[in-house]
Amino acid sequence: MSDFLFARSQMAMSLAFHIIFAALGIGMPLLMAIAEGMHLRTKQPVYLELCKRWAKGTAILFAVGAVSGTVLSFELGLLWPGFMEHAGAIIGMPFSLEGFAFFTEATFLGVYLYGWKRISPLLHWLSGVVVAISGILSGIFVVTANAWMNSPAGFKIVGGNITDIDPVAAMLNPASLHEVVHMTVAALVATGFMVAAVHAFFLLRERSNPFHRGALGLALAVACISTPLQILSGDVSARAVARLQPAKLAAMEAHYRTQARAPLVIGGIPQDQTMTIDYALEIPRGLSLLTAHDPNARVVGLEEFPRDQWPNVRVVHWSFDIMVGSGMLMLVLTLCADMSWLKYRRLPDNKWLLRGLVAAGPLGFLGIETGWVVTELGRQPWIIYGVMRTREAVTPMPGLVAPFVIFTAVYFVLAIVVVYLLCHQFLETGNLVAVQPSGVTRA
Amino acid sequence: MLEVIVAIFILASLIVYALMGGADFGGGVWNLLAFGPSAKRQREAIADAIAPIWEANHVWLILVIVLLFTGFPRGFATMMTALNIPMTVMLLGIVLRGSAFVFRKYDVRERHWSTLFGMASFFTPLFQGIILGALTTGQIRVEQGRVVTGFMAGWLTPFALSCGVFALGLFTFLAATYLTLDTQDDRDLQDDFRRRSLWSGLALAPIALMVFLTSRKGAPAMYHELTRWWAPVLLVWTSLCAGAALIAIWLRRFVVARLAAIGQVTLILVGWGLAQFPNLVTPDVTVTNAAAPEFTLRLLVIALGFGAILLLPSLAYLFYIFKRRE
Repeated sequence: MSDFLFARSQMAMSLAFHIIFAALGIGMPLLMAIAEGMHLRTKQPVYLELCKRWAKGTAILFAVGAVSGTVLSFELGLLWPGFMEHAGAIIGMPFSLEGFAFFTEATFLGVYLYGWKRISPLLHWLSGVVVAISGILSGIFVVTANAWMNSPAGFKIVGGNITDIDPVAAMLNPASLHEVVHMTVAALVATGFMVAAVHAFFLLRERSNPFHRGALGLALAVACISTPLQILSGDVSARAVARLQPAKLAAMEAHYRTQARAPLVIGGIPQDQTMTIDYALEIPRGLSLLTAHDPNARVVGLEEFPRDQWPNVRVVHWSFDIMVGSGMLMLVLTLCADMSWLKYRRLPDNKWLLRGLVAAGPLGFLGIETGWVVTELGRQPWIIYGVMRTREAVTPMPGLVAPFVIFTAVYFVLAIVVVYLLCHQFLETGNLVAVQPSGVTRA
Repeated sequence: MLEVIVAIFILASLIVYALMGGADFGGGVWNLLAFGPSAKRQREAIADAIAPIWEANHVWLILVIVLLFTGFPRGFATMMTALNIPMTVMLLGIVLRGSAFVFRKYDVRERHWSTLFGMASFFTPLFQGIILGALTTGQIRVEQGRVVTGFMAGWLTPFALSCGVFALGLFTFLAATYLTLDTQDDRDLQDDFRRRSLWSGLALAPIALMVFLTSRKGAPAMYHELTRWWAPVLLVWTSLCAGAALIAIWLRRFVVARLAAIGQVTLILVGWGLAQFPNLVTPDVTVTNAAAPEFTLRLLVIALGFGAILLLPSLAYLFYIFKRRE
């Protein structure tokens, strides 16, 4: 592999690792704040216990998210100095704002995790709310920077030089809104399903445990509200991509030939040479309907673009299908949960639904990872869409295999330790708090 | 003018990072070097002192980086290219340290993580000092926007290495001095850290001399700056602070010692900043030729102003909650 490919692999690996912690860093504080708010309102000790348990997990996740995020801010320069040299002045702004949001998050997380005995319950809850809000804001700022790479705005190129830089216009680029919404809601979906899976697992063993019932209720509420919204935002995003990055949309849908009444292609093996797809499921007029909400619309295919500007069609198409598929599965599950709740007016605890939730635990993260593969690989060969190629931005540094191997190994070990510690947190004291309403009080 | 303001913000963030995050590194070093009958209690005291403020202290470095690449994108690209290797090593240290610290709190095999935390705390500041030193050596050269001196220039020189050792020594001294205040309820522990503070403070003097002597050949531009009119003034004040810190530690006036140590570190970095100005990477990359366009800088300064309004009270609250006497 070339140094260029190692640089891309290291960046991809770092992002794929960090995004999990970033998403949980958005979702978990929200769940904690809801649980503690419920405790303040209802005075039920089970919610306080829930919040404390989640807080421990969040502390571990936040620490690893913070260091892996630091790595990324350096890697922007260590791997892509050519990009940062030109883009820094344009999109440094959202990163600076993200810095402040992250600062607020870290500060109040310190207050939250260690301040149980030192401040009043109300102030404690408020600091949790600040953590949740600043977590969401951090995510929003970073995603606007990525949106800019996909749909650059806020500058002019005159004679090969970048001039007339407007960082505000760059932040408010045409891709910002849909990317920000899609990612923020994705974080809530993924966290909701992951947490629901953990507690559904324990409920399958002990159906009446109030701790896990409360936890599942909150996690399901977040999942059931956010998942349908995510499907809607996915529709909006796909249409925006069709407008802003037609080559990416064509790769997502494995759509080679420009045509009206374009079919929707699901699965299959795209063949770049013949521009056909083998073994695919085709829904007539589906693609036209999705991209333009008109069954007769003309959809631009990859053939309109020079071959050297095609993304990797197979990987982008398959990733897109996996993302959509995982979203649909989660939608079905939330609808089942909704119906069960409407019918029985209590927490859905049907055995098969719980099993489904356990199985669906990783689906949200599968969707996030494949979604980012679509966004990032779909943008290739550009690092700034239509302006700068990724290859032009890479560092001249040789031997990039070394940092790639080292960081991959370190992250691999970190992942194992984090999973182990999180399991440990739950299994060790999993059932201690069973049914003792008076046993848990604010310390 | 705007670029100078942004540069001052960067230097200020760097100073706060040294005072906060640097002391956390020092804490890690003392964690590694804990010995004697109270070794376990020493490690616990260190962990208790830094746990709540740890994450916030760490963000100052991120602030330095984002301000650098927003305000001086060319400077950032140059540093990250020429110093790719020491930057990567430092980054690895940051990852291991941050993870090990939180793992030690939640894992039963606390001792292993504690050692890893200590080791990472040892080599990370070493490389941070080396990086700052390397920027000053004048050996990293840029022609037509490209680094032409390869990936080994500057950071392997005696001067850069001395800077590394100095940063490490400074942070360990700072940590020991802070810890004397954090352990007021335990006289034995306090004595332990008092002794460590005295020894590490005294050890700083020869290291500082080494930095000065190696700078003559290793960082001629800086050496030249250090002979300007303001240098002796700054040097006198820095020495006064250093002396005051040691005397206060000796006299068990720990609050005074903490303040003096803060003054000492601040003045050292201010001195470095003044001697380095206007260079970012001596001699080719300066705050002027690497600056972002004016509109970006203006927005950045506005954002920094609002950010400070948001941030400083939050941080003050955090420290008020955890560092007040109960």
